[in-house]
Amino acid sequence: MAQRIALGLLTLFVISLLIAFGVELLPGDLAQEILGQGATPEGLRVLRLQLGLDTPPHIRYLDWLGGMVTGDMGLSLANKRPIAELIGPRLSNTLFLGGFAAMIAIPIALTLGILAALYRNSLYDRGVNIFTLTSISFPEFFIAYILILFFAIKLGWFPGISNISSELSFLDKLYRTLLPAASLTLVVVAHMMRMTRASIINLLSSPYIEMAHLKGIKPLRIITRHALPNALAPIINVIAINLAYLVVGVVIVEVVFVYPGLGQLLVDSVSKRDVPVVQACSMIFASVYIFLNLSADVISIVTNPRLLYPR
Amino acid sequence: MKKTQINNKPLILDCKVSRRNFLRGSAALGIAGSTAGLLTMTGNAFAAGGKRGGRLRAGIAHGSTTDSLDPATYENNFTIQLNYGIQNHLGEVDAATGAMVPELAESWEATNGAQTWIFNLRQGVEFHNGKTMDADDVIASFQHHMGESASPARSLLDQVSSMRKDGNNRVIFELSGGNADFNFVASDYHIAIKPSKDGKIDPTDGIGTGGYVLKEFEPGVRFLAERHANFFKSDRAWFDEIEMISIIDPAARQNALATGEVDTIDRIDLKTAHLLARQSGVNLEEVTGTKHYTFPMRTDTAPFDDNNVRLALKYALKRDELVEKVLYGHGTVGNDHPIAPSNQYHASTLPQREYDPDKARFYAEKAGGVKVQLSAADAAFPGAVDAAVLYQEHATAAGIEIEVVREPNDGYWSNVWMNKPWGACYWGGRPTEDWMFTTAYQGGASWNDTFWKNDRFDELLLLGRAETNRDTRRAIYYEMQQIVSDDGGAVVPMFANYVFATTDKVGHSAMAGNWDMDGAKYFERWWFV
Repeated sequence: MAQRIALGLLTLFVISLLIAFGVELLPGDLAQEILGQGATPEGLRVLRLQLGLDTPPHIRYLDWLGGMVTGDMGLSLANKRPIAELIGPRLSNTLFLGGFAAMIAIPIALTLGILAALYRNSLYDRGVNIFTLTSISFPEFFIAYILILFFAIKLGWFPGISNISSELSFLDKLYRTLLPAASLTLVVVAHMMRMTRASIINLLSSPYIEMAHLKGIKPLRIITRHALPNALAPIINVIAINLAYLVVGVVIVEVVFVYPGLGQLLVDSVSKRDVPVVQACSMIFASVYIFLNLSADVISIVTNPRLLYPR
Repeated sequence: MKKTQINNKPLILDCKVSRRNFLRGSAALGIAGSTAGLLTMTGNAFAAGGKRGGRLRAGIAHGSTTDSLDPATYENNFTIQLNYGIQNHLGEVDAATGAMVPELAESWEATNGAQTWIFNLRQGVEFHNGKTMDADDVIASFQHHMGESASPARSLLDQVSSMRKDGNNRVIFELSGGNADFNFVASDYHIAIKPSKDGKIDPTDGIGTGGYVLKEFEPGVRFLAERHANFFKSDRAWFDEIEMISIIDPAARQNALATGEVDTIDRIDLKTAHLLARQSGVNLEEVTGTKHYTFPMRTDTAPFDDNNVRLALKYALKRDELVEKVLYGHGTVGNDHPIAPSNQYHASTLPQREYDPDKARFYAEKAGGVKVQLSAADAAFPGAVDAAVLYQEHATAAGIEIEVVREPNDGYWSNVWMNKPWGACYWGGRPTEDWMFTTAYQGGASWNDTFWKNDRFDELLLLGRAETNRDTRRAIYYEMQQIVSDDGGAVVPMFANYVFATTDKVGHSAMAGNWDMDGAKYFERWWFV
């Protein structure tokens, strides 16, 4: 366990190096991006001085790393606000949307998957497969626009954009984020549902399942009590990957629904070359990935007695 | 789509635009004797005044997480509109006439050949923090943009040799040379008047004299403000609250308006504008201003250092086709100079340059054949790549070879513009001829994107700037437009209209054309009917 955490931290460090290097490779710098068309050599010189861009990149990186280790994310170069303050509300928005989508998607995916395994090769199985594979094959923005067209414009049930702010109540927030959560659900369900179905079906030819059949146990019970626990490890891994996606991969849905999440902040910061903010966002995204993978491993071990008590 | 031909200039009017907004042509017809931007007249215009109340929600195409409240950093529509919501300036562009009129100043006066400018300040104007505005605040607000400052207004204020107060309500500027338009410069949107303390302003405190008091500002997301009870204008700022949301995606913006999530949006996607106009309860608004698109050639680089090449290319373009296909009719053709039909001294008698393959071929042959590259990206203006490809087609007919190089949007302004020999560019335009020419056409100016230098032009520029006689000035600016058109490095194919939309609940008077969205002052000027 300790080794895994240490490896995770090492990964984070390597990622931070790669990102610092990558952003440095992009043409132009923050001063040029801020001034845009209005840049003059004199304006650039003064702004670079004000932004501290005259110090070499490796010094700036070490400064940043030093701050990060002590829990200080520093200030945004572009607007001098503390990065923690910039990220805080957006991170909670992103987690809210991701969590909401996960609450809908995971039960649906598991139920559909189990039922698909139970009625494998039936009309139902094929129908679910076609539907979920179709929805995963469309680009997210397309699904989002279709949902907006029908549910916001034609029917008028939901708002066309998810303009949320701190003054809204929890229920209002849920109502306003339902469409983006639904688009995300449509995108992630297929993967989890197919994995659930596949790993259960894999086990169904095992001798102990045959034994259960011979004992006269009902098929649903065989699947939920006998097959599912042994199929959990791969399912949990896929769920973890999809959860990570719900946090880090939602920038397109954020743009379409004008949802103020972390992805938008990262994209903005990359286009403006605001390195400290890019670094901070990337660290959060990388941590989410590492944390979810770690949890998936731990949960797989916990659900599998053979791994829990190794000989 | 109806085409009207006036003064040889094809003017394309889109008649599908809602009936209420009948005339945008006034600008191009040259009726308006306005100083700066132009006006439209709309159906519910000229109501004597507005009605109090409500929260106006605007969905704006700009806004970035890197935005800041510091006036020296304002550069996009989100920050410019926020600025006009919470802060005021010495003068403002009058929506109905386009003239520069005093705002925080009560009056101004130029003496000594427009070298000394006296601004008398309005008395009893209160900042949001309760302080009364005085001359010290004005001086500190100007100083924020002078000296070691990265403010874009800095180069404008280079001409100020000294600034002093005369009593609490008068500020006197001494300029290094006469400038009859200094009242325009002093009212630049960057130079917001903010409260000072010990001779300095706090640039990011968000405090001003404006009609609304800042409540919330989340960069790149939203801005919220409530009415300033002691606002000094009694006939402005009708809303109780104003909210601006950044909606970058054009489809999302139009959805937001269609579903009633916002009351107004800017930057309508021109391709689908006619569909939006069909939606009930939505008014499409259109204003002709000074915004224009250009193809600047570097006149210091071969082959563009040869005026024959420049003329060949200027004659090898079907401007009206660009207006029709790239602007979908929401604009007017340009005449290879940056002065808009709405500008005070626009040279309306200058013959419109037309597509003429024979002349183009003649100049191309004189130059020994023309084979050039045109770098374009949609970052320059929406549809720039399409425009470049159309240009290529038009030029082929005249035996001119243009190779279109598609550049990335990312970093366009730092890597392509003013670097590649020939590219695409947009200009928001400037309210005065002098300002526009000084910014981008004077020899050696830092934004002279054609690297063009013409001695006669530079001489006229200084003459025109200090000239206070209107007729003499007009003659000077006419000649300058002719010089730019015949010798300059920029192909100016078109002026683009500002196209935006509101719900029919929004009322307004005549709209200004100096910026998008009623001169960016809609928070102050509009109301709910």
